[in-house]
Formats: sequence, structure tokens, C-alpha cells
Amino acid sequence: MAYVGESVKRVEDPRFIQGQGKYVANLQLPGMAYAAIKRSPYAHAKIKRIDAGAARNLEGVVAVYTGQDLVEGIHFSGPCGALPCGFVPPDTRVPTHHALAVDKVNHVGDGVAVVVAESPYIAYDALDLIDVDYEPLPAAVNAKAAAQEGAPQLYDEIANNISFHWTLGDKDATEKAFSEADHVVELDLVNQRLIPNAIEPRAVAAQWNRFGEEMTVWTSSQNPHIIRLLLSGFTLGIPENRLRVISPDVGGGFGSKIFHYPEEVIVPWVARATNRPVRWVASRSESYITDAHGRDHVTNCKLALKHDGTITGLNVSTWANMGAYLSTFAPLIPTALYITLFSALYKIPAIWGETWGVVTNTVPVDAYRGAGRPEAAYLIERLVDLAARELGMDVLEIRRKNLIPADEFPYQTPVVVVYDSGNYQKLFDKAEEMAGYQDMRKAQAAARAEGRLVGIGVSGCIEASAPGPSPVVTSLGSAIGLYESGIVRVHPTGNVSVFTGSHAHGQGHETTFAQIVADELGLPMEAIQIIHGDTDRIPFGTGTYGSRSAAIGGSALVRSSEKIRDKVTRIAAHQLEAALEDMVYDRENGTIYVKGSPDKAKSFAEIAFASYYAANLPEGMEPGLEATSYYDPSNFTFPNSAHIAQVEIDRDTGE
Amino acid sequence: MKVPVSMTVNGVERTHEVEPRLLLVHYLREVLGLTGTNIGCDTSQCGACTVHLNGMAVKSCTVLAVQADGSSVTTIEGLAQNGNLHPMQQAFWDNHGLQCGYCTPGMIMAAVKLVENNPSITDEEIRHGLEGNLCRCTGYENIVKSVKAAAGG
Repeated sequence: MAYVGESVKRVEDPRFIQGQGKYVANLQLPGMAYAAIKRSPYAHAKIKRIDAGAARNLEGVVAVYTGQDLVEGIHFSGPCGALPCGFVPPDTRVPTHHALAVDKVNHVGDGVAVVVAESPYIAYDALDLIDVDYEPLPAAVNAKAAAQEGAPQLYDEIANNISFHWTLGDKDATEKAFSEADHVVELDLVNQRLIPNAIEPRAVAAQWNRFGEEMTVWTSSQNPHIIRLLLSGFTLGIPENRLRVISPDVGGGFGSKIFHYPEEVIVPWVARATNRPVRWVASRSESYITDAHGRDHVTNCKLALKHDGTITGLNVSTWANMGAYLSTFAPLIPTALYITLFSALYKIPAIWGETWGVVTNTVPVDAYRGAGRPEAAYLIERLVDLAARELGMDVLEIRRKNLIPADEFPYQTPVVVVYDSGNYQKLFDKAEEMAGYQDMRKAQAAARAEGRLVGIGVSGCIEASAPGPSPVVTSLGSAIGLYESGIVRVHPTGNVSVFTGSHAHGQGHETTFAQIVADELGLPMEAIQIIHGDTDRIPFGTGTYGSRSAAIGGSALVRSSEKIRDKVTRIAAHQLEAALEDMVYDRENGTIYVKGSPDKAKSFAEIAFASYYAANLPEGMEPGLEATSYYDPSNFTFPNSAHIAQVEIDRDTGE
Repeated sequence: MKVPVSMTVNGVERTHEVEPRLLLVHYLREVLGLTGTNIGCDTSQCGACTVHLNGMAVKSCTVLAVQADGSSVTTIEGLAQNGNLHPMQQAFWDNHGLQCGYCTPGMIMAAVKLVENNPSITDEEIRHGLEGNLCRCTGYENIVKSVKAAAGG
């Protein structure tokens, strides 16, 4: 049987359609207390004094802690470390990010105190009783304006709020291209900030076992192992072997649940300090001011062309708003995931890109859907459109003229990455055909003659997905390798538990990965169970983002399945007294037999049992049937697309 | 101060002393442990918490538990009968009407009432009728497909 490529019903759905999803907010533990966080209403202010006396005296309040308490590590909990940044380009100035602000708040929503109470309602009541005396300061908001002399300064150690300056490409060649260009087009663009808004608000719960000195943290995260690593190494200091992080069902992420957030530090810290299991669930209002935002670029960009529309150079300057702190992967987005895609689908001989990462008094910005790559596509496609208009060319034709020819792959771009394969000409041919582009243009001309507002948009884009291999991403500045892990564990009776380091929060891994392993082993999907999201169960994994799960996590499972097939075949060969090269592993039926004798086949389950029974294994072979793989990809994947859209606007209603 | 409330939830009579300010959704989730009804916002916009109150789809974050005193409430946990999925649940499964599953209970509860007495509901009516239920994953296409399938079934 073959499942991959077939439309199968999702195996995770029965629990969701019956209200049995296991979200962090559903967790109730004996003796549980509830946390709520007092947050700054100011973008930028000194904290002069915090009076939590009335809150502490409220009936039902267990404890109130301020940022100072966390930093000093009072109440036997040890000090909290600052939240680290996991992508730090050379010469980056990283502002200290306390889980709760200590002397100064730097954005609306910055936490200043945490209440632990017997119910969430009491915790919220207590927030209102905390009196914080602020001295408001001037705020910097716009990235480009914040980088100028005289702008309000967030941190003494970060002059002009410029945290880093990152460049890529050939500046001299690009300047030459522009000086020799027949035509130059230029745009000032704003790629606006947006709020990811996963439908499940973030939530964190924690339970401290003071006798075993073990901490369990539940968090709605896309990557529990990364959170455990950062909690252990930087913020909480609990050894990884005594720290369990569980990301159960997660209600969407869109990037915003990749990062290590203050609440993942605060909640376990207060759980330890109060010796109570503690749960915190963000309100939607809190999500708006605490989940990392996306985009927020101010960009100046220029394209150099010949008279005939051939692109000869691209020059881009971007001021990327980082928000008040450097979120876990924030500097990666407007640099290595952005400028590396400036070649887009086109042959551009000379490219120069530079980005200023600027801190401002706004909510931190980090990866969101596509992360850097959509921003790159946006500016290039806008420039190409403008060039077509100024040169009097059709927007489809100017693109065709500049597409990387199909016979030039693998294509080395001037901005590090190598596109492995592609046929962009065919891609645009297909889009043109599907849209009926030429007819669309005729219909548009007729509509316009009638005074109707009809527009046609054409664009292309490329993504660098499934980032890797690890030596490349770490050389670009990533503090983690980007491989993925997968264990295939065959039980004695022949069914299979699969443990993946990848994490599902809507993607349907429990179905997809079961399809893959079922096909690899020749078993029915029902025999495969996929387990993810719990650091005590799964191997070290880097989680889900950047379209990496199937490409990298799926490949790890294929590798492990191959190892299982190999061992199964060896055991079968031994038991059937045949040479290994004469064996057939029938993936249609999950049977193993000697070539020409399928009637004397061993079933997968028989061999599985034999592997654990261990009475008759090849000499030197260890018992058991389990395989682990860590798959590190050889390159990114480069999915690409062409789009043609027609929009009509009603002159009267604006619809 | 606490006041008594009694209501029938998924066919079972429940009585508790609650704070007058306690929202129905918190009563269902925190007091009764019926966590299938999710909370996605603070402003009654997302509809994740939709339940049936006396036969009407309501957002349980906008109803006080005391207002539901004497009522009959059905939550997503009470929709399947005798181990058989409700046709709307089945339709969401069959048509890939969900991804992360968080909006799904509210979406299904709202959709059940939307198609009642309207087996030939149009796509436009479904989209309009589910305006109060937000989904962040699917783009709604398969939700509309699911609801239409269940209505016709």
C-alpha cells in the first residue's frame, strides 16, 4: 500500500472535533495556583517604585514578585538570567532582557510584577491593587527615525539604537552597475508591522518537584527542546536532565510560538518559589502586546536596468525594527533570511543589501510566516513593476526577460545561496495560461474604456525553506544547528511508536509522518503512532518553523525506517538461511522473503517479535528493533511561485 | 459572596455555588472541567467558546454563569451521541475542516445551529453565519465545505 500522495483522513482530528484537544490552558493540577502579570501601560518609563502591599494582603493571593525579586533570586529560587538571543551577528549590541523589567520598562506590555493567586479572577483583582510609580520617558517608535542622532535612546550601550548593521553582496560591483545603468528605479517602502495572532493565546504552566528537584514546564511552543535548552542554559539554570518541557496540542503558531518568552521563565520560577503548580494563560489583549510581532521594515531600494528591461543591479537599505529587545531569532530575519533572497527569480549580476537592526520602544519583532523572505519578494516585485511601467513594458514580459534560465541550475546567486533546481520560465508560462493573461488584458482594456477600475497584478516569489545544513546556518550566525531527529521504535508485537523532534500545531504531523513510516515499513497506518512535543519522550529536536518538518523531520524518519528495514531483512535472512542479497522486503505487504519464495515469507510482526525474543539472531547482532536518526539537510529547499491576480474596485462603494 | 446556580450540562444536572461575576465559559472549563470549549479572545469576537444555551448558539464568554441558571447547556463534549459523531463533527473530519483544532469546537457548535432547518444553505449564508467565529489556520474554504456537507446530509 502507498499512503504518501493519497488523501487520507487526519488521525488527529477525532480528538479536536470532540473537544479533547490537550492545550496548556486545559491543564488542572492538584493545588494549582494561577499567575497574572502586571504590565507597563507606557512605551518607555523609569520604574520609580512598586507598591504591592495591598495586592499581597488580598485574600487568596499567594505571592507577588517584582522584576527585582526575580533578578535577586529571593525565596530560594535562584536568580533568573536574562533572556538570550539565539542569532547574534558580529558586533551586535544585545540589550539585557529581564523576564520582568527591573528599573525601566521599554515597551507597552513589558512585565513589571507577577501575582500568584488561588484563582485567575483573584490574580487579576490583585493586578489592579499593585501601584507602580512610573516616570514616563520619550519613546522611539519608527526604526529609521530611531536610528537618527537625537532620537530618544533606549539603552546607554546602544548608540543611536542601532543594535547591529549587516551587509551582504558586492558593493563595488553594485555601484558600478548603477553608474553604468541606462535606467534606475527607486522606491521607499514600508513593510508594516503585524501581529501573528494564533487563535490559541500563549499559555505556560509549571510544576516543581522539590524532592527530586525536577521541573516540568508546559508551554504552547513550536519547539520544546529549544525552550528547554534556553531555560536550562540561560534563564532558569535547572539542568536539562531535571527539566521537562511539554508542548502538547498547540493552537497555531505562525512563528510567534518559536521564541523563548518571559512567561516561560516567570511561571516555573514562581512555581518553585511558591512550591505550587502554577498556570498562566495570556488574554488576547496580552497577546497583542507580548507575542513577538512580524515585519516592520522601512526600506529604500533601487534597481538598475538596461533600456531593454534587463536588470543589472539591486541596492537595498533597510531599517528593521527589532522592538525593545532582541527576541530569540530576531536579528536573523532581516539579514540571513532576507538579503539572501534578493536575487528572487531573476538573474541579477550585482546585489548589495544592508540592514540596520534598530531597537525601539515597541513590542519585540521576530519571525512571522515566511520571515524576511516575503519582505524580500515584496520589494523586488514592486521594483520590477515600477521598472516595467517606466520602461513601457508589460509586467509579465519584463519578468520573463530576467528569469534565471532553466539550464543555469544549480544557480549561484550573488547573495550566498545556491538555488538547486527550477524552471521559472515554465512556471510563468503555466501561470499565464491558467490565468488567460492575454484575454485578461483585453478584458481589462475594454473595462477601462467603460470607466471601470480593473487592475491586474503579476508577481513571482521564491522561498528558502527548510534551512540547513547546520554548518551553513551556524556560520550565518544561528546558535543552533538545524537538523531534525526521529526515532522509529518497533514493539515486540509489531506495532510502531515514532518519536519526532518536529512539532505539530495544526500541520497534521500525526497523519503525515504516519503515512511516511507506514510506506517505508509496509505497514497499515493504524500500526504507527506519532509522538512529539515532550522532551522526556522525544529525542533532541529543533521543532517546527520555516517549512522544515516534512523535508527534514520526515527525512529523519525515512532514515530510521531504512535502518529498521535493514535489520528486519538481516534477521529474516538469518532465519530463512538465505544470503542477504537474495532477500526481498515487500513494502506492499510488510513481508520479507527469499527471492522466488514469497509463500515462505516472514511477516514484519514475526521478525519484530524475534528481534526481542533474541533466541535466533545473526551472530553479533544486538536484540531489539529501534533506530534513531538525526538528519541534516544538504541545502535549503527553494519553492517558487508565480501569481496573476485581477481585482476590480467599485467606484461608488470602494468594494 | 457566592450564589447557587443549577443547570443541565450535556444532560447532567449540575449545581454549584459561584461568584456572580463568573463567566459561563469559566464555569464550564474550570468548575466542571469541560475544557473542550476554548477561549480565544477577551472581546467576544473569536467564537471559540460557542455553546448551545437552551437550543441557541451563544458565546459562553458573554454569558454569566448565573444567567444560565435553570438552563440547558450543550458543549462540544455533549454533541456526539452514544459514541456516534454528530454529522457536523463528521463533516469537519471528512472535509479537512480543521488544522490546529482550537477554533473547531466553537465553529462546530455555531455551525450546527446555523444549518438547522436550512439544508440547502448557500456558501454565502455559511460565510455570513460564521462571521462571529474566527479560524486562523484554514482560510475558511474547508470549513464552508464541511458545513455545507453536513447541512445537505
